[in-house]
Amino acid sequence: MELTSHQFKSVSSAKLKDVKLQKALYKAKDGFVVPRAKVVAELDNFEEIRQAAADVRDHGLAHLDVYLEEWEKQAQAAGTIVHWAESYEELNALVVKIAQDNQVKKIIKSKSMVGEETGLNRYVEGHGIEVKETDLGEYIIQQAGEHPSHIIAPATHKSKDDVADLFAEKHQRPRLDDAEKLTHEAREILRPHFLDADMGITGANFMIAETGSTVILTNEGNGRMTTTMPRVHVAISSIEKCIPTLDDFALMMRLLPRSATGQVISNYVSMTTGPKRAKDNDGPGEFHVIILDVGRTRVLGSDLRDALRCIRCGACMNHCPVYQNVGGHAYGWVYPGPIGSVLTPAYNGIENAIDLPNAATLCNQCGVVCPVKIPLPDLMRKLREKQYERNLKSSAEKWSLRLWAYLALRPKLYSIVTRIMARVGKLLGGDSRRINHLLFGGKDWTRHRDLPAPRGRTFRDIYLNRNKTTNR
Amino acid sequence: MPARENILARIRAANKAANVADVMDSSVADRLASPPISPLPKLEWDPEGQFKLRGHESASTLDEIAQIDELPRAVTRYLSKNTLPTKLVCWPEFIDLPWSAEGIQIESRGAIGDDKVGLTGSYCAIAETGTLVLLSGQESHATTSLLPETHIAVIRRSRIVKTMEDAWQLIRGEVVSLPRQVSFISGPSRTADIEMTLVYGAHGPFRVHVIILDQ
Repeated sequence: MELTSHQFKSVSSAKLKDVKLQKALYKAKDGFVVPRAKVVAELDNFEEIRQAAADVRDHGLAHLDVYLEEWEKQAQAAGTIVHWAESYEELNALVVKIAQDNQVKKIIKSKSMVGEETGLNRYVEGHGIEVKETDLGEYIIQQAGEHPSHIIAPATHKSKDDVADLFAEKHQRPRLDDAEKLTHEAREILRPHFLDADMGITGANFMIAETGSTVILTNEGNGRMTTTMPRVHVAISSIEKCIPTLDDFALMMRLLPRSATGQVISNYVSMTTGPKRAKDNDGPGEFHVIILDVGRTRVLGSDLRDALRCIRCGACMNHCPVYQNVGGHAYGWVYPGPIGSVLTPAYNGIENAIDLPNAATLCNQCGVVCPVKIPLPDLMRKLREKQYERNLKSSAEKWSLRLWAYLALRPKLYSIVTRIMARVGKLLGGDSRRINHLLFGGKDWTRHRDLPAPRGRTFRDIYLNRNKTTNR
Repeated sequence: MPARENILARIRAANKAANVADVMDSSVADRLASPPISPLPKLEWDPEGQFKLRGHESASTLDEIAQIDELPRAVTRYLSKNTLPTKLVCWPEFIDLPWSAEGIQIESRGAIGDDKVGLTGSYCAIAETGTLVLLSGQESHATTSLLPETHIAVIRRSRIVKTMEDAWQLIRGEVVSLPRQVSFISGPSRTADIEMTLVYGAHGPFRVHVIILDQ
C-alpha cells in the first residue's frame, strides 16, 4: 500500500471537519470501548493473564528461528506447501504463480492486513485474476475503491447511508435502508462467489509451531468459507505471528476477542493444518502458506522489538484520543492508531512518517489496554528521540527544545520567565480566560481549539504559598 | 530457497544484537514436548451451566434429550416451531435414526449451496465460552455446519469440557494428528460492520441450535 503518512497534518485537519466521519467515529468508540471493559472485568485475573501473554510472545520472539523451523516441519508433514518472502513483490508474485499454476480465474479473500501491506489485490487483478473481498467491511471498501481505516473494522468510517448508496450503485438493485437488509444483500451477492471461486486467500492471526497450523478468527464465517470451499487455499502471514503451542494459543484467545470486539470468543475460530485429507469430502486439495519478513527482523533487532508482540486486536486505536478524532485514514498506511504510529515508521523508515510518533498525547490509554503489554508511549518516545538524533526535527522545534533546556537548567531565570508568561497569558486570555490565537509554533495548536489561559500565578508560586499555610 | 535462509539468519542476528534474556524457565524443546498451561481465570461454575449460559449469550438456542432415538423428534420440534424446511443434510452418524416417522427427509452427505438445514455432531464443547468444537473429516463434513442457513448440532453431555486447554488435552489423547480443520463455533454468523449494528447471518448460518444428549 502506498505510504501517505507525510500528509498526516493536512489529512487529519480535513478529517476533523468531516461531520459524517466524526459521527461514525463517535459511534464506533462506544461500540468498542464499553463491551471490552465489560468482558475484561469478568476475568478476575486479567493482569496475570496479560503478563503471561506478554511473556509467551517474548519467549516466542526470542526463539523465533527455532519455532518457525518447527512450524515449517509440522506444516510440511501435514502436506502444507511453505513459502518465504522477503519483499512485498516476492509475496505478490508467489500468489500469482500459485494461481496461474492452478488455472485460477477467481479468488475469494478473507481480510488480511499483510495483504494490505503488499497491495495484493491490485497486483493480482493486474494479472487478470478476479479477487473478491468477503469480510463485509472489506467488501464495502473494495466496492468503494478505498483502504481500510481500522484493522478489525475496515469500513468503520462509512455510514449506513454511504453503504446504501454504494450498494444500490454497484449491485444495480433498489436502495436499501437498514443494516440488516444491506448485510443480507451482500450475503446473497457473495454466496455464488464462495461456491465457484477457484482459490481462497486468508491471513493468519497465528501460526502454531507445535502443530504447523494457521488460525483465523472471524465472526461472519467468511474465513471458514474461504478456507473450505475453493480447491486451493493460500494463507499469507508474517514471521512474528508464530507462537509455540496450542495452549499458548488458548491463552491468546482469552485476550484477543475480548480486546478487539468485547466478545469472550469470536464466532468462528478456524485452525487449518494441511490440505484436504485423502478421504475428506471437503476442503482444498492444495494448501500454501507464505511467510513474510518485511521490516520485522529489523524491528526485532532494535529497541522497538516489543511492538512485535502485537496480536492485532485494535484496542490501542479504539482507546486513543487522537484516533478517535481523526480516524484511521489520516495515519496514511495499513496500521492506524498508536501501534501504527510505531509500526509505520519502523517498517517504512522514520523519515517517512515523522508526524506519527508525535501525534500522541502520551496519555498511555493504549499502553493500559494492550493485551500483550506493549509500552506504546515509550516506543513513540523512542522514535521521537531517534528523530532528534537523526536531525529530522524542524528547526523551530529544535530551538524551542533548546530554549526550554536552557531555562529548565536555571531555576531562578525559569521562575522569572514563567511568572512573566503567566501574567501575559492572563492578560491575553481576557474575560473569556481563553487564548484563541497563539503565534509561531503555537499557531497550529490553536487552529482547532482554544488554549485555557493561565490565571496569573505560576505553579511554583501557588505551591510555595500552600506550604506556608500548612506549616502555620 | 534464499528467502528462507536469509530470514532465519536475520532473526538469529537480530536476537543476538538485541541480547534479551528469555523470560521463560522452560526451554523450547520442553515447551513443545509438554506444553505448559498459563494462568487460568477462576473457573467457579458448573461446566454444563456455563456452557448453556454462554451458548445463550452467543444467540444459540438449546434443547436437551436423554437418548439419541429422541433426536428426530427434537429436530422436528425445533424446525416446526421456527417454520423451517424439513429437508436436512447430516453427518453419517445420524442417518439411521427413525427420521421418516417424523416426516423428515434427510441425506447423509456434505452440504451444497442450496441445502437449508445441516445436522452435525461435535467433537467436544467448551464451557468457558459456550463453544462447539468440530473436527473436519471423512465422517464429519465441514460444509454441513457452514453452508445451510440453520445449523443443528448434537453434543454429548460428557463431552463438555471447561476450557480450550482441556479441549487440546482431549484432542492430544484421542486424535493422532490434527485434522485439516478444527472449527470452534460459538453461535450463529454475525457482523457489525455497518455502523456497529449487530446483524446475524453474515455468511454462515443464521441460526445455531444445540441439542445436549445425555448418554
